[in-house]
Amino acid sequence: MAMIELANPTRFLRIVDRLLPWFAAATALILAAGLVQAVQAPDDYQQGATVKIMFLHVPAAWLSMVGWAVMTVAALGTLVWRHPLADVAAKAAAPIGAGFTLICLITGSLWGRPTWGTYWVWDARLTSELVLFLLYLGVLALYWTAEDPGRGARAAAVLSLVGAIDLPIVKFSVDWWNSLHQGESIFRAGGPVIDASILWPLAVMAMAFFLLFVTLHLAAMRNEILRRRVRTMQMLQAQEAKA
Amino acid sequence: MTVGAHAEFIVAAYAVTAFIVAMLIAWVVLDYVAQRRTLGSLEEHGVKRRSGRAGGAP
Repeated sequence: MAMIELANPTRFLRIVDRLLPWFAAATALILAAGLVQAVQAPDDYQQGATVKIMFLHVPAAWLSMVGWAVMTVAALGTLVWRHPLADVAAKAAAPIGAGFTLICLITGSLWGRPTWGTYWVWDARLTSELVLFLLYLGVLALYWTAEDPGRGARAAAVLSLVGAIDLPIVKFSVDWWNSLHQGESIFRAGGPVIDASILWPLAVMAMAFFLLFVTLHLAAMRNEILRRRVRTMQMLQAQEAKA
Repeated sequence: MTVGAHAEFIVAAYAVTAFIVAMLIAWVVLDYVAQRRTLGSLEEHGVKRRSGRAGGAP
């Protein structure tokens, strides 16, 4: 389907209404399958059972970056192409991305205590992920506090573009600096170094988290379009009452 | 399944994740209900968007 067809919010709402139940059902099914596999996965030879935290932490870390990447593309759509749904997509993605970033930080901290002996270190990977969370809060603050939604949207778009600098820092921090955090073990030259018995549950959980993100994002975009309709109608009501 | 000596960290990680995901789901569901209710109330009071007045899509 052409992007121009999706630019019509009414048509977009019709498509979302049809797709959402399917995405929600697929998310529930794959999440259930992923959790069963996570429970049955063997212990890691070094980390023991704490490797089960990885099935939450790693997908959440990926989605924390996917969320900001969505907002970066949407920011270009807002500032350059002025796509009518671009700001809707960005505003809807921000709380969801912040949620996954918070999951990443908390589960990472809970994984760090038994494996590293500490909940937190000011290490490049952990710090850049915390910066990403603070950037999400900054974007949310801009949306929630701006009196003029258009101005808030443009400010959030600029912050999204500037904040995108943090994405390669998060991704490559373990290569660029000495880090307590382990190096890249999945998306690396030479293939993953994780055993298949742990890699498969991780892949299924990652798919479930991705589908959850898409489902929540579509639902939040629908809510945002409805919210803008409410605002428009309230303004019309106020104008009519004044006339 | 064995969770060994670090069960509390594993259980806490899954509990926190479930809580945050539940909050996100509750946010989208409750927000949808609220927006639909407000839209319905405005339409009951005869307020229509310009596209609705022109006979366009609702």
